[in-house]
Amino acid sequence: MTENEDLELFSPGHRACAGCGEGTAVRQILKIAGPNTVATICTGCLEVVSTGYPETAWEIPLIHAAFENSASVASGVEVALKELGKKEGVNVLAFGGDGGTFDIGFQALSGMMERGHDVTYVCLDNEAYMNTGIQRCSSTPYGASTTTSPSGKYSIGESRQKKPIAAICAAHGIPYTATASISHINDLKKKVKKAIEVDGPAFLHVFAPCPTGWRHGSDDTIEIARLAVETGVFVLWEAIDGDICDLNVTVKPKKRKPVEEYLKRQRRFGHLKEDEIAKIQAEVDKKCDKYGLPERG
Amino acid sequence: MKPDTYFIDGNTACAEGAIAAGCTFFASYPITPATEILETMAKRFPEIHGSYLQMEDELASIAAVIGASWAGRKAMTATSGPGFSLMMENYGFALMTETPCVIVNVMRGGPSTGLPTMVAQGDVMQTRWGTHGDVGVVVYCPGSPQEMFDMTVEAFNTAERYRLPVVLLSDAVVAHMTEKVVIPPKEELDIVNRKKPKNSPEEYLPYCPDEDLVPPMACAGEGYGVHVTGLTHDERGYPSVDEKTQTFLVTRLINKIRKNSDDILKYEEYKVDDAEIIIVAYGSVSRSAREAVDMARAEGIKVGLLRPITLWPFPEDRIYELAAKGVKAFLVAEINFGQIVYEVQRCTDGHCPTYLAPRMGGSIHTPEELVERLYGINEGKEGSN
Repeated sequence: MTENEDLELFSPGHRACAGCGEGTAVRQILKIAGPNTVATICTGCLEVVSTGYPETAWEIPLIHAAFENSASVASGVEVALKELGKKEGVNVLAFGGDGGTFDIGFQALSGMMERGHDVTYVCLDNEAYMNTGIQRCSSTPYGASTTTSPSGKYSIGESRQKKPIAAICAAHGIPYTATASISHINDLKKKVKKAIEVDGPAFLHVFAPCPTGWRHGSDDTIEIARLAVETGVFVLWEAIDGDICDLNVTVKPKKRKPVEEYLKRQRRFGHLKEDEIAKIQAEVDKKCDKYGLPERG
Repeated sequence: MKPDTYFIDGNTACAEGAIAAGCTFFASYPITPATEILETMAKRFPEIHGSYLQMEDELASIAAVIGASWAGRKAMTATSGPGFSLMMENYGFALMTETPCVIVNVMRGGPSTGLPTMVAQGDVMQTRWGTHGDVGVVVYCPGSPQEMFDMTVEAFNTAERYRLPVVLLSDAVVAHMTEKVVIPPKEELDIVNRKKPKNSPEEYLPYCPDEDLVPPMACAGEGYGVHVTGLTHDERGYPSVDEKTQTFLVTRLINKIRKNSDDILKYEEYKVDDAEIIIVAYGSVSRSAREAVDMARAEGIKVGLLRPITLWPFPEDRIYELAAKGVKAFLVAEINFGQIVYEVQRCTDGHCPTYLAPRMGGSIHTPEELVERLYGINEGKEGSN
């Protein structure tokens, strides 16, 4: 995975917060995608921090569409390039945040996958609406306090489980679906390569912590991301042709760490009492069992 | 918040106004510069046993509000331009089905994503004609945090009284400005609830209006037949796709507002009585305009301010009256490239010129620049708009 190591298509000097997981993810993804790439993005942190002219971070053609439209605009780009005979060797990448993917852009994404466009859709998941100031999303995990799921006397914070977006995308029967994390860059890069190489839609769910919204130190981002994988909170897997019954877990921790280690590092979970942590642990155990991950160590 | 005097921003005041009006259902989607309304509702609703739903987008937000209204709740959503654009189909649906609810649009610079954090007033005509078809609408335009509270209450009352979605058209400056806001005791607030059928379920015709052209509203589970459709419908509420039913229904929906416009219409005048030039301004800009009136008067120019509080219905008779009685000119100051200016021009009926002080968004007019324009108009140096 060294051929494009020096290639910087997502330039430094953008305005992401210190320790932003998204910036790291996009930089690495574009190294694999290469210069023959057209990107669509939607409203969200990525647009706000990376596109402000003249400091745009993007060295490739880019369309910032409305919030719900990244996948639809990418569909149009892909078909038009094909019709013009220019698609050969060109990658179409659609980026969305978790809000633009799980919520408002979900219909567009489903349509893109169902129609079979040769587009790699990348969801950069920081588990809430960070751009507008930390509001809950259907990606927000159980127990997280946000400004619209505040913890308090009547609330433990977000009261529902995270939407299993990658499994839902895989259920469309698309050629390639994967989850990835900025803590496991080689795994991420391999998955980007596969996603781009398949003929047809691919979906990448990239876990990207947000120090501002999760309220952890800006130098802890990678560690937090790694802890999510090591505790089994976020499982790294890939599925071919949507076969989620036979998915491939790509990173298996030898011993699973207790979720508390992950939760206690983030102030968005700071209000959780022991019984709530136990509840989250039980959910994670159930999920890990399903994915064939080892017992908690 | 308990009745008292507070120092709060417009968005918080709006949320408190909704709660004071009896709103117990709020469905919305985060968007700058309206997000503080969501955040306040999310925090406050558990205390009042209200239902806060954060939806997956604005299409869903207004749709949930419509559903809640038909289940019998007072319901509201809050958004800004891009979200308001997404709501246009269901805005029309709510108008067609006479669904009482409140839509808050905190205006920011557009078109498209535009200036998310900065002020504009570009959505004025969208509130009037943004949905397809011919409609009668009610739009309030608050000019201060206090009015964010008061007009939210008023918007609910009008929505309930006349059975329609009412828009509270705020802007980023008024919404984010912090000022004194008085929350009055409950008994001092006039709260209107939708009228219920007085006849039996057998006799009830859901779209048969009373004399005020408003039909009593039975909600799901109240023992009456409820059949709601966006198709052209007859008095029974059943689709009847023909010209006669369409004419009858749409005429009534428009007349419901037109014939009651004296009751709904709201505007404020400042030093208009002897004014030779009248500034028309609304929302945040009206605050600069008021200052400009005083500054110009100190220089001997007789200027007044007419501030529409309801943009629709529009104070058309009053503007005609002022134009006909000899006002020298109108100056419309708005943060767009001319929307209300054409309404004013129409209402003056050629009696005097109407000038526009436009602004593209990002900030409000300064009093000084308005005074500059007033000098020009006063000295006859400006060509007509």
